[in-house]
Amino acid sequence: MTTAPEAIVGEYKWGFYDPEEALFKANKGLNREIVNVISDMKGEPQWMREFRLRALEIFWQKQDPPWGSSQLKEIDFDDIHYYVKATDRDERSWDDVPEYIRRTFDRLGIPEAERKYLAGVGAQYDSEVVYHNIREDLEKQGVIFLGTDQALKEHEDIFKEYFGTVVPPADNRYAALNSAVWSGGSFIYVPKGVKVEIPLQAYFRINTQNMGQFERTLIIADEGSQVHYVEGCTAPIYRSDSLHSAVVEIIVKRGARVRYTTIQNWSNNVYNLVTKRAVAYQDAVMEWVDGNLGSKLTMKYPSVYLMEPGAHGEILSLAFAGKGQHQDAGGKIIHAASNTTSTIISKSLSKDGGRTSYRGLLKVYEGCENVKSTVRCDALLLDEESRSDTYPTMEIDAPNVHIQHEAYVSKLGEDQLFYLMSRGLSEEAAAKMIVNGFVEPIVKELPMEYAVELNRLIELQMEGAVG
Amino acid sequence: MTALLEIRDLRAAIGEKEILKGLNLTINAGEVHAIMGPNGSGKSTLANVLMGNPAYQVTGGDILFKGESVLDLSPDERARRGLFLAFQYPVPIPGVTLVNFLRQAVNAVRGEEVPIREFREKLFSKMELLKVDPDFARRYVNDGFSGGEKKRAEMLQMAVLEPAMAILDETDSGLDIDALRTVAEAVNKLMNPSMGLLLITHYQRLLNYIRPQFVHVLVDGRIARSGGPELAEYLEARGYDEFLAELARA
Repeated sequence: MTTAPEAIVGEYKWGFYDPEEALFKANKGLNREIVNVISDMKGEPQWMREFRLRALEIFWQKQDPPWGSSQLKEIDFDDIHYYVKATDRDERSWDDVPEYIRRTFDRLGIPEAERKYLAGVGAQYDSEVVYHNIREDLEKQGVIFLGTDQALKEHEDIFKEYFGTVVPPADNRYAALNSAVWSGGSFIYVPKGVKVEIPLQAYFRINTQNMGQFERTLIIADEGSQVHYVEGCTAPIYRSDSLHSAVVEIIVKRGARVRYTTIQNWSNNVYNLVTKRAVAYQDAVMEWVDGNLGSKLTMKYPSVYLMEPGAHGEILSLAFAGKGQHQDAGGKIIHAASNTTSTIISKSLSKDGGRTSYRGLLKVYEGCENVKSTVRCDALLLDEESRSDTYPTMEIDAPNVHIQHEAYVSKLGEDQLFYLMSRGLSEEAAAKMIVNGFVEPIVKELPMEYAVELNRLIELQMEGAVG
Repeated sequence: MTALLEIRDLRAAIGEKEILKGLNLTINAGEVHAIMGPNGSGKSTLANVLMGNPAYQVTGGDILFKGESVLDLSPDERARRGLFLAFQYPVPIPGVTLVNFLRQAVNAVRGEEVPIREFREKLFSKMELLKVDPDFARRYVNDGFSGGEKKRAEMLQMAVLEPAMAILDETDSGLDIDALRTVAEAVNKLMNPSMGLLLITHYQRLLNYIRPQFVHVLVDGRIARSGGPELAEYLEARGYDEFLAELARA
């Protein structure tokens, strides 16, 4: 670590349009002082400061996983701002946004105001009116839906009880990093028996800092409750900072049901290294729907720990790797109790030399009876240069389990193309149709507006894939 | 009058292997032709070459459709001009519903966006005509279909796309007698005086239900004999082996 002494206090830039909104950007590089500054700026309780500092020590000790992509070595941890206050994001000008991102906004028909927000420049998209109504409804039901920083201030007791219990800082190097410098993210608490009817979207509180680099999300679904959380969006998110490392922790209590849907489309300079994990108790259902389109390298394996009988875990993963991209995605299911069931469905597309990997773990602990699991991985290669690999790991330490595992890698089929073309579809339209069909099992699980946008986005990425 | 489809001295190969060795055939509007032949005689190659399957290479001759050569046209361009091939092995397209597929196909063939209401009315009337269950349209194209369902789906596509010239490649294969009858009835309902029909089949049984005016026997990549419906019965009575021996003697 090479840090100049002045970095200790950081680089302050004061803005005067709102005296309380200090613009602040910590200097590049990572050290105890930066972590202290973050904690100070947020006015956090002492336990959180200690948690961060402890995590920082762990980060320094930890290595990258030996199976991880060699691209991880390219990350320069000294060249990253670890804390940028939301209001400071406005500094970049629209002209700095890469041409391909602007073109994609055009093609997706993203409104002007939203584009600037998504690109990280200019005014933020104002969805406050919509959000207020939703928030009132939720408050009546006792649902807490806040930015994670705000939740720590307003609901410290419940926060402290669960924070860091599902993904401890020592879990892996990037979980440690996130634990040290986390900022932003969503906090959701759903009381017993409350079923939240509409999907909760980070969008609704887009004016708080919800798309940070190191966001931290914590969801607690109390007994018999139900909630669907949606994060991300299909439009590309442009960040000049090249590392995104989030942690998501979810606790699904007895009889509760949580679905967590992610669509990520980071710009192609971003390393997206995210730890997502849920614990599911008796008769609880946890579902991850995870779509990865953007980034340079994504390493993400949403996990479900099935802790008590009757728990069910489901992971639907979709990855699209274009030129220069590596999507290393998959899922982990841990059966730690009898009568638990799980499903993993992974669909990946590679084109223009892009690379997708399915990396999965299925573990059944000793003494677990009557466990059922289905794993299915389909990879579709759109051209000769592209690549797909499967790394399934199974650790089955119980005799009475029913496991089904299927993996298919296929190329965009000449037979399918000819069949569709014989019905009048152009080669490009035929290829799009095959790809849309391929991803349909995942897309149909998405909220309507996301499904439509995702299909459009895939079509956009498909253009020029054939012929 | 220009013939609807005119095949002139057609030669075609897969890789190095020549399969069609100078095939001639003319089909006019309103005519039903059947091509019969033993396995390996080139029946399916003919079907694929007519539709422009890039896996086959045309090495000689010409295919004229409505008086113009289609050899340089891609399969989709041929479809837009009014050619249709009912596949022997229809290809599954998982995740794509039949209704969605048909809508795009109709739009592509017509070259314009058909209003959704008009399309639906057409689709449902054709489904009724072919006695196809309405739920069928919401299933994924050929995905998990039985043999009979696949062939019925092909007929539904033909009904909706309304081609000028339809080629039915072994449409009877893999069907039990009831399914065969249903599919044949569908073809008979769809045939009209401005349309040409080419049935490609190994067995005579399909021809009990769809009566061709012209029957041709394909042997080793060429039409070895042509005649009326009686030729099919003659062939069925003797079998291909005896027929081939007879040809050899002649």
